[in-house]
Formats: sequence, structure tokens, C-alpha cells
Amino acid sequence: MLQRCEACGAFAYPAREACPACLSAGLTFVDAPRRGALLAETTARVPSDVYFRERAPWRIGLVRMDCGPTMVAHLHADCIEGAPVLMSFQLDKSGQAVAFARPERETPNMADDRQWREMTADPKFRRVLVTNGRSLIGQEAVAALKAAGAKTVFVGVSEPWRPFAGEQLLRGQAGIEVVTLDAADEKSATDLAADIGGKVDILVNTTEYVRPGGLLDRRGTGIARDEIDQAYLGFINLAQAFGPSMRTRGADGINSSAAWVNILSVHALANWPAFGAYSASQAACLSLSHCLRAELRPGGVKVMNLFTGPVDTEWFQTVPPPKVAPRAVAQAIVSGLRGGLEEIYVGDVAEEIRQRLAANPKALERELDR
Amino acid sequence: MQGKNLLELAGAISSGAVRVVDLTFTLSPDFPVIVLPPEFGQAAPVRIQEISRYDGRGPAWYWNNVTFGEHTGTHFDAPIHWFTGKDLPNNSVDTMPAKDMIAPACVIDCSAGAAQDPDFVLTVPLVEAWEAKHGRIPERHWVLLRTDWSKKGWRDYANLRDDGAHTPGPNPAVMKWLVEERGIIGFGTETIGTDAGQAGHFEPPYPAHHFLHGAGRYGLQCLCNLDQLPATGAVIVASPLKIQNGSGSPLRVIALVSAN
Repeated sequence: MLQRCEACGAFAYPAREACPACLSAGLTFVDAPRRGALLAETTARVPSDVYFRERAPWRIGLVRMDCGPTMVAHLHADCIEGAPVLMSFQLDKSGQAVAFARPERETPNMADDRQWREMTADPKFRRVLVTNGRSLIGQEAVAALKAAGAKTVFVGVSEPWRPFAGEQLLRGQAGIEVVTLDAADEKSATDLAADIGGKVDILVNTTEYVRPGGLLDRRGTGIARDEIDQAYLGFINLAQAFGPSMRTRGADGINSSAAWVNILSVHALANWPAFGAYSASQAACLSLSHCLRAELRPGGVKVMNLFTGPVDTEWFQTVPPPKVAPRAVAQAIVSGLRGGLEEIYVGDVAEEIRQRLAANPKALERELDR
Repeated sequence: MQGKNLLELAGAISSGAVRVVDLTFTLSPDFPVIVLPPEFGQAAPVRIQEISRYDGRGPAWYWNNVTFGEHTGTHFDAPIHWFTGKDLPNNSVDTMPAKDMIAPACVIDCSAGAAQDPDFVLTVPLVEAWEAKHGRIPERHWVLLRTDWSKKGWRDYANLRDDGAHTPGPNPAVMKWLVEERGIIGFGTETIGTDAGQAGHFEPPYPAHHFLHGAGRYGLQCLCNLDQLPATGAVIVASPLKIQNGSGSPLRVIALVSAN
């Protein structure tokens, strides 16, 4: 995204008050064409910044964008002076958006570039904990992460005495380790962290506890308590058990800890009364995720929130389409990690709510009340 | 009874002449609980959360907050637990007579049958065969069904399949007979529930619950160490927590057994 002049169409960078070409004040951020050419490159061998000093040598360069501006960018190792590049903004380890230039065309093992991996949380080579393997999303996430080159996928199963559909897809598979985890139980989370806390590079929180109903159609607080127990307290247990060691391992070589993923209902953003109490539990988790993001940032560990509308699972049986396939959620997890994103919206419902909320929150509230 | 006899009992316990057998599983989050179809309300699992452990939260002391459903771990069922016992007087754990908390037990060893068939059911002829050997079951005695189920790993212990649990228990006829013809005070099992895993398909469903609680009798489940009890002569001490209007509670169950 760059500023573009509404009057003359010129792109501006860095951000300005007025258009450098025509002095118009009407500058809005829009998606800019990503292509450019690498004008010049340099390698910082002894940077003064402590972060880059540890990672030297570090390549940066000047890119002239096809749309006009010239930008300083971090460089993929395969970028050659004079050759075309594709630009993107990436979140660096401090959570800051920085310009990054990659070769225009795919090169061999392009995603393995050292500087690129600093900007992303690619599951390739990394060890991932999927916290709940009982759910369809959990099982699809395990498969997708494995296919994306994760070295080991640990998958949590609560109440191991209780069989579940899809169990055979997890047990006895190469690269998949089934571990006992009931995230809602403090001791269970702590015990597992004692075993594998030092080797979880990516944690994918697939806790799923969906129940219909708001306030008046339910009796008592039993279900609400379960919702809070599973989603909110489960989140806290996982964060307290795994967060501290993940934060200390943000720079631990190739498979350093990289990211924490939450799967949240998009109704965390705007209450859906048909699943009203569930929406509220998700809103609590969303708020908590922002706290976690701030607390993991000093270690360079990203927090990615994936927002989804109703998923095609049993507890959304009565909800008409469109619904999100669990596999689509799993694929979005992988692509979000590869891109080093903080937020990702999966499916039409999630995307629509995001847009409607930005446009008119009160209208959205009325619309969801049907 | 003379006060002297009670002191003799205390002395016998202390000397080991009367053995105290613990029939209780450790109350922990790992122990299986009953699983109902997901649209029904579920028993809250056992949770143990530290309040402090000689640390900043309480420098000299260790203690926990504990939460659990009434029917978790080794637990007691009061008559109010089932619809058949809902209108009886003194049908909850806080109002039941304290004297019912101590009673002798008959232990029926069905471990061989249960080893052959997880859906093993106790029947009247089986109890009659037991009586032929050990004598008629006296009134106000517990009947404890020994299956050695408590020795299994948790997965085999719960033994859940697509169509529900497969664990041994009594059939409807024997429950009605034990309650009406033998006047037992209660029925105890090693499995999760006094009824068989598939007892929902019996007529009436869940006959142990149906007949026991309908007649104001009690249930004990998730017992262990029944193999250490004699067929007759053990005395069971089972006093549930005094929960207001409680339908049951986890508890410590012990048996007094004469050593000779």
C-alpha cells in the first residue's frame, strides 16, 4: 500500500501531506503495483544496530517502483542488480512494516532465503504444536503443516482414553507426535510444556468449543462456563505454559520459535446473537491475543489471528451456507505463516463482516440480529 | 454395643487384625468421566488449580482450588440422582441417614466373565449360584460387582466405541430382584457407573439407577481393590460430602476386613 494522489494519480513515498507532483492534499493509501527494478544493492557487514549486527552480513538495496517512488528495501538473496523485483511490506521481528524485494520470478528454494525467513513464520523446517487434534480443523491443520514441510507436528489430544473420529490419521504417522493436552486444564498444559516447551516453534491454538444460544434461551451459566473454560482460560493456560519459552527462543537458529496462531470466530468482532455467548467468548480471546502479541514481541514471535465465519462442522449444522471448509482454514494457516501475517480472514462471511464493520458498525449489529 | 467393643475395633485396626482397604481411585483430571451425547449437559471434569505453593502467592503454605462434577472419580449416587427417587424423603447426600454410610458387603466375583466379554451382565442365576456357595445375601448389605475392570488402562477402562461404552454391569431382572427380594442397601461397581456401558438399551434403561434409587438405595462406582475383599464379611464405610441437595459426590470409600 502506498499513497496515491486523487488528483493526478501519482504515487508518493515516503508518506506526505501533499502530492509532490501537483501539491493536491488528496492522498489516499491504495494497493500499489508491486513491480520494480533493483537500482543498487549493498551489504551491511558490521551494522551498528544490535539486531542486524547478530545477523550480518545483511543485504539491502534501492528499488525503483514501476509506479514511481524509489524505496529502500530488504533484499532476497536472489535479487540481482538491474533485474525486476516484486515488492511487499512485511512485518519484521519488531512488528514494524518494512519493504522487502523478491525476484520477480520464482527461484529454487525461494522461501528458504535467510532474510525472508526473518520476516515470515514459514512452517518449513519448524516444529509445530497443534493444540487440539480432536477437531476437524485440528486434523486438517496437522496435514497442511506437515505438507508445508514442518519437521514435527505435535498434536494435542485431551482425554486420551476417549477415541475420536480421524484418530488413525494422527497416530503412528511419521513426523506427527500425539501428545496429551487438555488446554483448559492448567496442569495438563504445564506438564506438556515441561516436555516439549523448548521445541515448539509455532503454536496453533485450535481450541474449538461452539455452542448455540445467547442469554435468554439458555438455563444457567453451565455452557457459558465451559465456553470460557475451553476458549479463554485454555488460551491463558497455553500462553503461560508455552509463551515464556517461545519468547526466549525467537532467535534460535533455523527452527527458532516464530509464531502463535489463534483461530477465532469473526463474530469476536461483532456479536452474532444466534451464537451470542460463543461470540462473547471469542471476543475475550481476541482481546487477549492483542495482549499476547505485545508480550511476545520482545522475542520477535508473531501472533497471527485467523478469523473465520461458521465452519462446516457439526455444531454449525443448522446454519445455512456459506460455510468454511476446515481444510480452507488449515490452508489459510499455512499461507498466513508463510506471509508472516498478523491477521487473516477466511471465507466470505468473515470478509464481509470485516468490511461491514469498517463501513458501518451499527448497521452490522442490526443485520446480525436476524 | 458396649463402648469396650468399639475400643476393641479401634485396637484391631491399629494392630492390623482388621485391615483397612482403600477402594478409592485418586481424584485427578486424568481419570475418565462419564461421557453423555454432546447435546446433554456434561459433568465438569476434575480441575486442580494452585492457590499458592510456598511462593509469592502464599509464602508458607500450599493449597488448591478444586472443582469437579458430583459424579466424578470414585463416587456415590444418592436416590435423588434418578427420576425414580426424586420424590423420596431424605434422598440427597446431605439428608440421607448417616447410619447408611456404614454397611457390610457381599462381593460377587465376575472377573472371569468380564474378561471374556466387556458387555458381561450380572443375572439372577449368577447371584443364586453365588448364594449357593456363600449363603443368602442379607438385607441392608452392599452388593459389590467385582470385574477387575479397575486394573485396566484408562482407554480400555472407559472402552468407548462408536456406539457408546462397553463395560459390564447388572441386567434389569437382577437389579429388581436384589432390591425387592434381597433388600440390599446399594450396589457398587468398578466401572464408570453402576449400570453396564450399554444399559441405555435395556428395559428399563439404566436398571441399576432405576431400581436402586427408586427404592431409596445407593450406588457406588469407580471402585478399586475389590479383589482384596472377601466374598462376605467386609464392612464398607462410604460417607459422601454433605453437599446441599447433592445428587452424589466423590468420596473416600474404605473397607474394614478381618485379617484372619
